[in-house]
Amino acid sequence: MQFSDWIVFMGSNMAECHPVGFKWPMKAKANGATLIHVDPRFTRTSAMCDMYVPIRSGTDIVFLGGLVNYILSEKKYFLEFMINYTNAATLINADFKDTEEGDGFFSGYDAKTRTYSNATWQYQRGPAPARVPEAPAGAQGQSVKGVNFAQLIANRLPGVPKEDRSLQDPNTVFQILKKHYARYTPEMVERISGTPKELFLKVAQVITENSGRDKTGVFTYAVGWTQHTTGVQLIRTAGLIQLLLGNVGRPGSGIKALRGHAQVQGATDISTLYNAHPGYLNTPNARRAHDTLRDYILTETQPTSFWSNTPAYVVSQLKAWFGEAATADNDYGYDWLPKITGDHSHLPTFVEMSEGKIKGMILTGQNPATSINSTFQRNAMRNLEWLVVLDLYETESAAFWKAVAGSDPAKVATEVWFMPAAHIAEKDGTMTQTSRMIQWHDKAADPPGQARSDLYFWYALGKKLKARYASSTATKDLAIKHMTLDYDPDPADVAEWKHKDEPSALRIFKEINGYEVATGNVLNTFGALTADGKTAAGAWIYTGALQLIDGKVVNRARMTPGKNDGWVSPSWGWAWPGNRKQLYNRASADPDGNPWSERKKYTYWDATAKTWKNVGGDGIDFAPTKAPGAAANPTGIGIAFHSGRDPFILKTDGKGWLFAPVGTVDGPIPTHYEPWESPVKNLLYKQDRNPVAKFWDVTGNKYNEFGGVQFPHVITTYRLTEHHLSGAMTRWLPWLAELMPDLFVEMPPELADEKGIANGDFVTVTTERGSTEARALVTRRLRPLTVDGKRVYQIGMPWHWGYMGIATGDVANNMTSLVADPNVTIHEAKAFTADIRKGRAR
Amino acid sequence: MATATKGMFVDTTLCTGCKACQVACKQWNELPMDDETAVREHRAFTANSYDNTGHLSASNWRHVKFVEQFSEDRVDARWLMMSDSCKHCEQAGCLEVCPTGALYRTQHGSVDIHQDVCIGCRYCVGACPFGVIDYNQRTGRVNKCILCQDRLEDSQGTACAKACPTSSLTFGNVDDLKAMAAERVRALHARGQTDAYIYGWDLGNRGTITQGPNKGAAVADMEVVGGLNVFYLLLDKPEVYSLPSSPQLPQRNMNPSAGVALISAAVLGVTGLAAFRRRRMEAVAASSEVSS
Repeated sequence: MQFSDWIVFMGSNMAECHPVGFKWPMKAKANGATLIHVDPRFTRTSAMCDMYVPIRSGTDIVFLGGLVNYILSEKKYFLEFMINYTNAATLINADFKDTEEGDGFFSGYDAKTRTYSNATWQYQRGPAPARVPEAPAGAQGQSVKGVNFAQLIANRLPGVPKEDRSLQDPNTVFQILKKHYARYTPEMVERISGTPKELFLKVAQVITENSGRDKTGVFTYAVGWTQHTTGVQLIRTAGLIQLLLGNVGRPGSGIKALRGHAQVQGATDISTLYNAHPGYLNTPNARRAHDTLRDYILTETQPTSFWSNTPAYVVSQLKAWFGEAATADNDYGYDWLPKITGDHSHLPTFVEMSEGKIKGMILTGQNPATSINSTFQRNAMRNLEWLVVLDLYETESAAFWKAVAGSDPAKVATEVWFMPAAHIAEKDGTMTQTSRMIQWHDKAADPPGQARSDLYFWYALGKKLKARYASSTATKDLAIKHMTLDYDPDPADVAEWKHKDEPSALRIFKEINGYEVATGNVLNTFGALTADGKTAAGAWIYTGALQLIDGKVVNRARMTPGKNDGWVSPSWGWAWPGNRKQLYNRASADPDGNPWSERKKYTYWDATAKTWKNVGGDGIDFAPTKAPGAAANPTGIGIAFHSGRDPFILKTDGKGWLFAPVGTVDGPIPTHYEPWESPVKNLLYKQDRNPVAKFWDVTGNKYNEFGGVQFPHVITTYRLTEHHLSGAMTRWLPWLAELMPDLFVEMPPELADEKGIANGDFVTVTTERGSTEARALVTRRLRPLTVDGKRVYQIGMPWHWGYMGIATGDVANNMTSLVADPNVTIHEAKAFTADIRKGRAR
Repeated sequence: MATATKGMFVDTTLCTGCKACQVACKQWNELPMDDETAVREHRAFTANSYDNTGHLSASNWRHVKFVEQFSEDRVDARWLMMSDSCKHCEQAGCLEVCPTGALYRTQHGSVDIHQDVCIGCRYCVGACPFGVIDYNQRTGRVNKCILCQDRLEDSQGTACAKACPTSSLTFGNVDDLKAMAAERVRALHARGQTDAYIYGWDLGNRGTITQGPNKGAAVADMEVVGGLNVFYLLLDKPEVYSLPSSPQLPQRNMNPSAGVALISAAVLGVTGLAAFRRRRMEAVAASSEVSS
């Protein structure tokens, strides 16, 4: 980011929520970059920026779509980048119908199931290569022994996508985009978002005038973009802008996803998600063609992208999990894995809990008692027979049964165990940062008393389960029975002062990284992984992450502070995949492999050495010796299907997707819908809300009337620098508790005057789900907006508080509802409606 | 052996108000929470922007100030933040009035307190033009920032500067910091940020305030009480940051026509002071022997 020429913070309050990383934008500013903050509130981030741009929460797609329209209509796109590196010229099926024709619906919508079929969203293609006759798949359960995956994958190669590089055909993505965004004018942005037109145009000028061959810029977002019923599409809109402007894969470019906490990246990589196995391999699903390993591999393998290597990653993963028990004859234990049947994410799981369908829960690093529609979640927890909480303090969730939580302890039958956990400084292990960078850390001290690491808990639990199932022959028990669970440390490696009963995090890291089965030797690259059971790797993207010198992990130690290895710092941590700090960095060179400009030189083709090189030693995110002039091979598997000019090796056509034929369930192009709860109608289409958003019509989760008068104000929730998440690590700490002691609600003085509220007063904020009491913080940092000619107030509330700890307060999430983005089931806590009054709640 | 004078340059244009400095200060110096009962009983919330600790005190040796400058139409929109502490003045009022030599100048040029020599007379509290030093009810002595004297003796910088993520606080030799500050003001002026000037030393910068209620007013570098070894880059008049615009040491305000009574009192006082001063000189000598 230090080399960005402009930075737009949007959906992110980086200075407050990622204060340490914020030094890089500050360096960019010192280097002359323009910093812009687009946000409902003037925050500590706005204070550091050159421009603050107000916006009504939840209307980001109008604002960003307005930028797309500006870029297309004013011809501000980086033509050479766009036409070569994106699917702008690709032809889409002529039956595709845009939301302009469907008044808010794309073609393929089924009103009964509230889902889309993406059949009409596909590319027009030439004929597929000739097929080779396949041996019959055989009965279910047949082993993959002897199966030729390469041939089966080749048989699934599609035809080459059709293009019109003149961009004139109405079916080109370029023309479809132009039509789709034509009404997202500066005037429309002002009417819907409340952003003054002049400010919007200033942003448009800054980012377009400072992009191109010689300049780059970056969008920075966090949960302010994700927590919407349109969250995924919202982020995609920024992707469109960056692809049109040529801001991908280059120094100072991209879209920086600031994760909600330091280890979220690692948690998704190594799967706390129900629908992904480590390394982003889809969890076997009973509703997909995943019956056997052969079916699974053929369903999941993309023949024309880097994902063509899926068989090696899947088999190596099974080998890591089941060890010697995994053989070609038994499909490496694939049949032992449980399959999912639907959405098992947080919100639907708690709905099931509220229906008494879930008996027990183990909570670690989570505090649902203060989470989305927290009253609903606390009520749901009362249906549990048992609850185990691993945490540093007795959190709101551990105490959900107490009177302080609004429960009658005599009526709660749940048996609760509280297990004292270890803090990060008390554990060995790795942390994966937002930049995909993995760093090893040694513990600084043992946790006190009986507190132990989470690793200790799960390892001990796993060993007990294995002992229980040791003699079982039932198929459902075989996964536990055959699971490799051998992480006892070598006693010689455990320092004198350390607990002796902790499992070895290093041995687990080795299994995730991968090793050769015959020798146990650590593997350095996912290129070494095979689909024949000779290699084992828990997560292919981490292969190479474990760097050992004389048996010592050196991820961090290789770099001496103050004597680093240049700004790319390839030896500082290790970024997956293959230590590539900048993804898709082939795009930093022009189609012929030359740098776009000397100023933005990064990865380039060395014609003499016939290899790609990088100025700072970064990993090449491309086939290292594939020449820029290499032609695409229509019968080639994987990235051989792409030409030497196609940087996006994980996409099936090697292009950046302005139009997404697959991958998003709510449309191929981002479209503005109002938040699920909004004071105003959708001014662009008849359809107000995302038609396929997930909602739950259950008791205790009533939604506010749409466009109604009972809850007239837009409300957003957020965090502060002084606290973290639900406060479970901060409200108990005296030095942080005193910095932000009480829950407050920020509001503009214009609204406070109307309501007779003075700064510091107790106020009550209400929605259909409940009310929250807070102190008023009346400030001009918030401002009334004019939306479609009407005055709209926005108020905001941090959600760190709860009823336990030193600094206590009401739970802001008493007011939020279970409603979510249809792609990823992330709730909408950044934009909903509420009313506010002076006085205490109870 | 005396070393180069150490201090800090506080560039308020880089301060994000994160308060990491406040926490680092408390952690290193093992300072308690100000008033846990007030927090537990919901009396600690001030509703004064994001500032809930209010001022420097015996348990808060560092304090981040928040100043919201927003016009009614929000055309002017500025949120100033500044991390404040003891300035370790060249002419330190606290040190000059201390009757016991508890307050002393260290070999690093900072002002430290011998806790075991302090008698809790609180002369220094009134003598500090910045309201930095505070009487500690628990110990019966005074406390303030001591520029992490123990870290300095181990050739480390201050805990607050170490924790600052954006380099708003920089620790170093005051001479180097002055050069850095001069360069920074020049760079800001070149960018059109002509409000920037230095509070603590006169490095020759002159500018004009660009935003807020004082828009258009002239600002200029100012040397304060002989120079501040912890000095500031500001964007508005000192009083906007609750800093005195023309601080004086109280002992400079002795009125020569106050009458005979005062003169006799002064004679007695001088005699007394001389005695105290002698003891203080001995204390200083002793301490530099120990710590050099």
